[in-house]
Amino acid sequence: MKKQTIILAASIVSSVILAGCGGGKSGGIEPKEMADALHSVMEADRTVYTRLIINRLAKEEKVIKASEHWKDEKALVLPAQMFRYGAERVAEKGAPFSYSLLSEWPVNKQNKPKTDIEKKGLTYIAENPGKNFYGEEELGGTKYFTAIYPDVAVAPACVSCHNEHKDTPRTDFKIGDVMGGVVIRIPVKS
Amino acid sequence: MFTNKAAWFFWLIITIGLVIYLVMQLNSKDKTVFLPGKTSHGHHQIEMACSACHTDAFGGKDVLQNACMSCHGEELKIADDSHPKSKFTDPRNADRVTKLDARACITCHVEHQEEITLAMGVTVPEDFCFKCHEDVAEERPSHAGLDFYSCATAGCHNFHDNRALYEDFLEKHLGQPTVLDEAKVTSKSELQQYLLIVDYPIAQYPIKQLNKNDIDAPSEAAKNQDINRDWLETAHAEAGVNCTACHTTKTESNQTTWTDKPTHEACATCHKPEQDGFLAGKHGMRLAQNLTPMKPALAKIEMKADAHDKEMTCISCHSSHRFDIKQAAVASCLSCHNDQHSLSYKKSLHYVLWQKEIAGQAKDSSGVSCATCHMPRITHKKGEARVVISQHNQNDNLRPNEKMLRSVCMSCHGLEFSIDALADTGLIKNNFSSSPGIHVESMDMVRKRVQEKSN
Ligand code: HEC
Repeated sequence: MKKQTIILAASIVSSVILAGCGGGKSGGIEPKEMADALHSVMEADRTVYTRLIINRLAKEEKVIKASEHWKDEKALVLPAQMFRYGAERVAEKGAPFSYSLLSEWPVNKQNKPKTDIEKKGLTYIAENPGKNFYGEEELGGTKYFTAIYPDVAVAPACVSCHNEHKDTPRTDFKIGDVMGGVVIRIPVKS
Repeated sequence: MFTNKAAWFFWLIITIGLVIYLVMQLNSKDKTVFLPGKTSHGHHQIEMACSACHTDAFGGKDVLQNACMSCHGEELKIADDSHPKSKFTDPRNADRVTKLDARACITCHVEHQEEITLAMGVTVPEDFCFKCHEDVAEERPSHAGLDFYSCATAGCHNFHDNRALYEDFLEKHLGQPTVLDEAKVTSKSELQQYLLIVDYPIAQYPIKQLNKNDIDAPSEAAKNQDINRDWLETAHAEAGVNCTACHTTKTESNQTTWTDKPTHEACATCHKPEQDGFLAGKHGMRLAQNLTPMKPALAKIEMKADAHDKEMTCISCHSSHRFDIKQAAVASCLSCHNDQHSLSYKKSLHYVLWQKEIAGQAKDSSGVSCATCHMPRITHKKGEARVVISQHNQNDNLRPNEKMLRSVCMSCHGLEFSIDALADTGLIKNNFSSSPGIHVESMDMVRKRVQEKSN
C-alpha cells in the first residue's frame, strides 16, 4: 500500500516536471526545445565516446585502432559511425524525429549538404562559431522543423583522422574548428 | 434472340459457377489458377505455398516486405547490406525515394514477372544506380564516362553485398599472387567442438565406439548385414550414435516407436545448423514449406534424365548408413546436375586437387570439390563457441558470384585473379579449366589511386 502511494506520488511529480518542460504551454514541448534537448544528449555521448574510447585507446594508449571497416579490422567503430548507427536504430524504431551528421568538407560524400536548409545552415554555423541554425523545410510532402548544430573538433583524434584521411577534401582542421553539423528534423503540422 | 431476363439468368449461372470453381480451387491442393504469372527462379519451387509470402490476403506492401525480410533479412544483415531500408527512411532522402523506392524489396524484385526478371531477380532496368550516383565522376574521375549499366555487371559493385568489393579491401589485397602459398579452405572442427553447437542427447548415447553387439535395433531390422557393416564403419558407430538415435519417432500419444525411414527431422536432432542451411536453399526449400520434397524434374536448370524422380532429403546426397562425405561432395551432385559447368568439373585442375586430397596425397581441405565452393566452410556461432561447419544452403554464396570471393576463392587465390575469374562467364562454363580471359579494372583503379595519393 505504502509502495503504491510512493509510486503514485513520484509519477505525479514527474508529470508536473514534464509539463514544466513544455514551457507551460498546453500544446506540449516546442520543436526547438525538443531539438535542443535531443542535441545536448547526442553531443554529450559523442564527446564522451571520442574522448574516453577513441582518443584514449587509439591515439594515446595505442592498444586498438579505430577503423571504418571495424568488423574486418577488428577495430573500434568511428565516432561518425557510432552516431549514424544510433540514428538508424532510432529510425527503425519509428521515432518521430531523425538526425544525421553532415559537413561541407565530407570524407563520405553522402554526408554533404543536400537540401537548401542543410546548405544554408552548414555555412551559417561555420561562419558563426557557437551559434545554431533553425529553419523549416518541406521534404517528400512533410513539413519539418530543422535544427543544425555545430560539430566541433573536441579531441586531437578528430583532427588527425580527418586531415589524414585519403578521401578528405580538407586537410587543415584544428582543435576547436567547426568540422560539420548535426542536423535534427522534427515533423510539424503545416 | 435472348430476352433481357434470359441474359441475366445466364450471367447469374456463370458467375455462381465461377465462384464455386474458384472456391474449390482455393481449398484444393493445386492452386495454379491463382498464379498471376510465372514465378522467378528463386521462388518457383514454392509458388504453390502462396501464404509463404502472401501472409495476409488483405495486406499491401508492408505485408510483402515483412515476408521478404523473414527469409532474407538475416543474410542481408550478415552481408552488411550497403543499401538498408534505414538509409532511405531519412527525410533528407525523400527525393531519392520518389525516383526509386529502395525502402521496399519489391520495387526492384517484382515476383510473377518472369519475362522481365534478370539473373539477379531484378526487374528494373539495371542502370538504376544512376538515380542517386549520377555525379560519381566528381569524386572518382576514373569513373567518368562509364556506363551505368556496368556498375553491377562488370564485377565491380553490388547493390547489397560489397564485402569483398569495397575500395580499402581491394587496396589491402593488391599484388597478391594467383595462387597463395597456403592454398586450402578452413578445416572442419572436431567432434568435441561440434558438440558445443548442437543438442546431442549425450545421456542416452554417450560418446564411445560401438560394435556389433551394441546394435539396439529391433531384431527384424537388425538382420540386414549390409546396413550393419555400413554403420559400423562410419563416424556414427564411432561416436556412440546407435540405431535408435535416428530410427525413432513420436506417436500421437507422445510415445517413442521404431521407424524404418527417419525423415530429415531425425538428422536435425544433432545436425540442426546443417539442416537450417539445407531448408533455406534450393534443395530443401520445398520441405521448409511443408511441400513434397524437391525433385530434379522440377528444376529450371539441366538435370540428368534418370535422376528426375529422385527426392531431395538429407540421404539423397549423404545416402543412409554410410554417410560418405566424399561421395556427398562430388558424386552425389553429379548424379543429378547436368549443366556444362558441372559436366566440365572432372576436366578441371580443381578436380585434380580433390583427387589428390582424397587419395591422401595432399593436405586436408586442399582439394576442391563441388561442395568446397558451393557448400563452403563457415563459422557457426553459438554463445561463445565458434565452430567450422559446412554451409548446406548452396545458394548462400551463389549470386551475385562475388559472394564467393571471401567465402571461397580467396582461401586459395589472390583477389585480383579471383575477381577476373568470376567475371568470365566462359570460364565458369568450362569450370575454370583455363585462365581468366577477362580483366576487371577495379584493382587497376585502386592501384592508380594509391600511387596518386602517395605522390
Ligand atoms: C579514426 C578516424 C576518425 C575520427 C577519430 C573522427 N572521425 Fe569524423 N569521420 C571519419 C570518417 C571515416 C567519416 C565518414 C564516415 C561515414 O559516413 O562513412 C567521418 C565523418 C565525420 C563527419 C560527417 C561528414 C564527413 O566527413 O563524412 C563529421 C562532421 C565528423 N566526422 C566530425 C568528426 C569529429 C568532430 C570528430 C571528433 C569528435 C571525428 N569526426 C572523429 C573519421 C574519423
